[in-house]
Amino acid sequence: MAPLNVLVLVCLTYVAFLFVVAFAADHAARRGRGMWLRSPIIYTLSLSIYCTAWTFYGAVGFAARSGLEFATIYLGPTLVMIGWWWTLRKMVRVGRSQRVTSIADLISSRYGKSNTLAVCVTLLAVIGTTPYIALQLQSVTLSFATFAASDPTSAELPDQQSTALWVALGLTLFTILFGTRNLDANERHHGVVIAIALEAVVKLFALLAVGVFVVWGLAGGISETIARIDASPIMHWEVSGGRWVGLTMLSAAAFLCLPRMFQVMVVENENEDDLRTAAWAFPGYLMLMSLFVVPIAAIGLQTMPAGVNPDLFVLTLPLHAGRDGLAILSFIGGFSSATSMVIVAAIALSTMVSNHVVMPLWLWAKGGTAVMSGDVRHVALMARRLSIGGIVFLGYLYFRVSGGGESLAAIGLVSFAGVAQFLPALMGGLFWRAANRTGAISGLGVGFVVWMYSMFLPSFGTSSILPQHIFDHGLFGLDWLRPYALFGAEGMDPLVHAVMWSVLLNTAVFICVSLLTFPRPVERLQGAQFVNVFRHSSTATGWSGDLARSEDLMIMSQRIIGSRQAQALFSGAAQCQGLAGYLPEPTPDFLLELERELSGSVGTATAHAMISQIVGGATVSVEDLLAVADETAQIMEYSSRLEAKTQEQARTARQLRAANQKLTQLSVQKDSFLSQISHELRTPMTSIRAFSEILRDTGGLSPEEQAKYSTIIHDEAVRLTRLLDDLLDLSVLENGQVVMNTQTGRLADLLDRTIAAAGGGEADSLEIKRDRDKEDVVLTTDLDRLAQVFINLIANARKYCDAETPCLSISTKQDGAELKIDFVDNGSGIATDQQSVIFEKFAQIGATKAGGAGLGLAICREIMTRLGGDISYLPGQSGGAFRVTLPASVVSSPADETM
Amino acid sequence: MKSKPGPLFLEQRAYRRRRMADAARVLPVLGAILFSVPLLWGQDGSGAALTTKVMLYLFVIWGLLVGLSAVISRKLREEETRSADNQTQSKTGV
Repeated sequence: MAPLNVLVLVCLTYVAFLFVVAFAADHAARRGRGMWLRSPIIYTLSLSIYCTAWTFYGAVGFAARSGLEFATIYLGPTLVMIGWWWTLRKMVRVGRSQRVTSIADLISSRYGKSNTLAVCVTLLAVIGTTPYIALQLQSVTLSFATFAASDPTSAELPDQQSTALWVALGLTLFTILFGTRNLDANERHHGVVIAIALEAVVKLFALLAVGVFVVWGLAGGISETIARIDASPIMHWEVSGGRWVGLTMLSAAAFLCLPRMFQVMVVENENEDDLRTAAWAFPGYLMLMSLFVVPIAAIGLQTMPAGVNPDLFVLTLPLHAGRDGLAILSFIGGFSSATSMVIVAAIALSTMVSNHVVMPLWLWAKGGTAVMSGDVRHVALMARRLSIGGIVFLGYLYFRVSGGGESLAAIGLVSFAGVAQFLPALMGGLFWRAANRTGAISGLGVGFVVWMYSMFLPSFGTSSILPQHIFDHGLFGLDWLRPYALFGAEGMDPLVHAVMWSVLLNTAVFICVSLLTFPRPVERLQGAQFVNVFRHSSTATGWSGDLARSEDLMIMSQRIIGSRQAQALFSGAAQCQGLAGYLPEPTPDFLLELERELSGSVGTATAHAMISQIVGGATVSVEDLLAVADETAQIMEYSSRLEAKTQEQARTARQLRAANQKLTQLSVQKDSFLSQISHELRTPMTSIRAFSEILRDTGGLSPEEQAKYSTIIHDEAVRLTRLLDDLLDLSVLENGQVVMNTQTGRLADLLDRTIAAAGGGEADSLEIKRDRDKEDVVLTTDLDRLAQVFINLIANARKYCDAETPCLSISTKQDGAELKIDFVDNGSGIATDQQSVIFEKFAQIGATKAGGAGLGLAICREIMTRLGGDISYLPGQSGGAFRVTLPASVVSSPADETM
Repeated sequence: MKSKPGPLFLEQRAYRRRRMADAARVLPVLGAILFSVPLLWGQDGSGAALTTKVMLYLFVIWGLLVGLSAVISRKLREEETRSADNQTQSKTGV
C-alpha cells in the first residue's frame, strides 16, 4: 500500500509545480511573450473548471446510485456550448464591450448600473457557492483519508479538519498570489488560467487512466465490461423523464450562471473567436470525462465490499487492486479538480464581493465622496484579497459545521439550483429590452426565497430552522406551503419540484413586474445596448460633463487604476481633444471611456457611482438626453455657419490684400510719375529759359545761331505741348467727352499707315512680320483712334524690346465674330507682377529708358473701351504680347463693302 | 427606431452564411430532442432498456453533435472571413 508520506510528497511537488507554471505564465504574459497562452485550446481547457471534484469523484457515485442519470450534468452544458450562437456569443460580446467583471456586474450593468441588484446577486452567489467550496474541501479530505486508511504504516488517521484547513490555506495563498496581481479584473489572469488548463489535462488524463485500467485491467475488455454492466445493479435504464429533462435544463442554466463559469467564459475571454473552438472541443471534453463513469461505477459496485462510499470508487478501485501509482494519479486528478474550482470560484466571488459590497461600503464610510485621501487602489486590492480569504474560510466553516455530508452530488445540485435563479434576469437582460430593474429584483427575490425554502434549508434535514412539522404540515400550518409539495404538487421529485417552482415563479414575477413598471432612462439605454449589442457595439450614455472637474476625476482615477495609467489615459484624451497637458475637457465621450476603464477595476456600478459623485447628476433623464441631442444639433449648425463665415472672411481678406497691393503699387507709380513729369517738364523748360536768355542778352549773334537757338526753343515747346496733349487726351477720354469720328477702312491699309507713321526714320531697327491675307477685313469705327492704339503698341515694341534683333509679329484672327489682333515681340516681356498695372496711368516699367510719361497704354485702354473693344496683355508668349480685341459690330468682310 | 428592411434576395455567399448561422441555432434543439429519445424506450420492470444500450446511443449522439458543431463553427468562420474580405474588396475596389 502506498505510504502516506509518498502521497504527501507527490501532492506538494504537484502544487509546487503548479506555482512554477503559473508564475512562468504570468511572467511570460507580462513580458509580452507567450501568445500560445491565448490559444483557443487554453480557453477551452479553462472552461473545464465546470468539472469539479464533484464530477471527478461524485459522477461515479451518482452513476452507482442512479445509473445514467449522471450524464444530465454534462448534457446540459453540451447543449449550451453547441448552441453558442444563441447565447454565449452575445454574452461574451456584451461582457467585452461593457468591460464586465462578474455576473453580478453584468446584471447590475444591464439594469441601470444598480448596485442594489449587484448586491442581491452577490449574496445569492456567495450562498450558492459556499457549500460547493465546502464540497471540494471535503472531497480532498475524504480522498486523503481513504489513502490513510489503506496505509498500514500510518499509526493514526490524520485529522480531517486539519487536512481541510491546510488545503484551504494553500488555496487561499495561491489565489491571492495569482488572482489579485492586477486590479483590473478584465485583464486575464494568465497564471491562473494556465494552471487551470494544466489541471484540466491532468484530471482528464487521470480519469481516463482509471477508466482504461478498469475496463481492460479489471474487467478484461469492452465486451466483458458490457456484460458486467448488464449484470450490475444499474443494468436497467430507469430514469424518470422529469428528472432527466429537469436536470439537463438545470445544469444548462447553471453552466451559464455559475460565477466561476462566467469568470472563465466571459471575463477571462480574450478573443471572441475562441468560442468557435470551444463550441465543439468542450462538449468533446465533457464526453471524454463521462465516458468511463458507468463502467467504473458498475465494476466498483461488484468488486468492492458493500458499505464502501461509491463516491470514491475512482480512488478505491486502483487501491484495492494494489495499483498505488494509478491511485496516486487518480488522487492528483481529484485534487486538481477541487483546487481549480476553488481558485476560480474564489476569484469570481471576491471580485463581486469587493466591487459590490466592500467598496461601496468603504466609500460610504468615508463620507460618500470619491475625492478622498488615501489610495483606493490598495483598498480595492486589499478588499479583494480579504474577500478571497473570507470566501474560502466560509467554505471551510460550512464544511466543519455540516460535518461532511455523505452524498457529494446532492450539495452540487443545491448549488446549481441556487445560481440558476440568475437565469431569468440574465436572459431577459440579453434578449428583452423591456426587462427592467424592478422586475429583475422581484424575480430574483422570489426565486431566492422559494429556493431557500424548498431546497437549501431542507438539504440540512430537519433542524431548528426547519423542524419536522413544517415538512409535514407546511409553514404556519398551511398545507400548500409544505417544502416538498408547494401548491399541492405532491409526489414530485424534490429536486425537480424545487427547481421548477423557484425558476417558474422567478420568471413569472420578473416578466409581470417588468411589464407593469417603467424603467429608468439609464436602464432603457443599457437595455438597448445589451439587446442590440451586435448592431451597435459602441455606447451612448449621456454624461453631461459641464460640472465635472477634470482634476478631481484625475485624482480619483489615479487612485483606482494607478497614476501612470491614469495619466496616460488623461493625456491621451486631452490630445484627442487637441489640448496640451493632462487635463481633457470632461466631454461625455471621455467620461464614458473613463467610466468603462474604471469599471474594469471596481465594477460598473461603483465606477458609475464614483463618477457621478464628481460630475454630479447621477441620473440621466430623457429630458437631459433630449437637451443634449438638441444642443448637439444646435452646435453643429452653429459650427457649420461659423465655417461658412470663416471661408467668406478668408475670401474677403484675400481680396483686400490684392487691393492693397495694387494700391501700394499705384502709389509708387504716382510718385515715380510725379518725379518723371516734373523732370520731363523741367528739362525742356530749362532749355527754353536758357536759350531764350541767350537770345535776349547776348548781342551779335549770327542769324544761323539765332535760328539754331530758336529751333531748340521751338522743339522743346513742342515736346511740352505733346506731353500736355497726352494728359489732356487721357482726361478727356476718361471723362467720356470724346466724340468718335466713325470711318470705314481696311485693316491692312490701317496697319500700313500705322507702321509708316510709327516707323519714323529708323524703320530698319525693328522687323515687323505680318499676315496680310488675314488682315483683309473691313472695319467700321474711329480709325484714327485705332491707329493711335496701334502706333502706341508698335512704338512700345520699338522702345522696350530688348532682343538683339527685335522683331514684332502682328497676327490677326477672327474668333467668332470678334476680331483679335495680337502684337507679339521677341523681347523679355513684362514680369507677372507688373502685368496688372501696365494699363494704369503713369505706369512705367522699371522707370528706366526715358520716353513717354507712362500714359500710352492707359490711353490705349481708354480708347479701346470707347470703341467697344478691349486691349489686354497676353501672358505666356515668346515675349511681350498685347491683344487688341474688336467687337463684332465693327467688323465686316470685304464682300460686304463691295456690295 | 425602425430597423430598415433588408434586401429581398441575398447574394449567394451571404445566403450561405445565414444558413450556417441557422444550422448553429438548430443544433442544440436537435441535440435536446435526440438526448430525450431514450425516454421513449421502455422503463418499467424487466422490459426496461439496458443501460449499456442507452449509453452507447448517448455517446454516439454526443460524438455526432461534437462533430457537427466543429463542422458548423468552421464553416461559419470561413464564410465570415470570406465575406469580410469581400466587403473590404468591394469598398476599396473600383
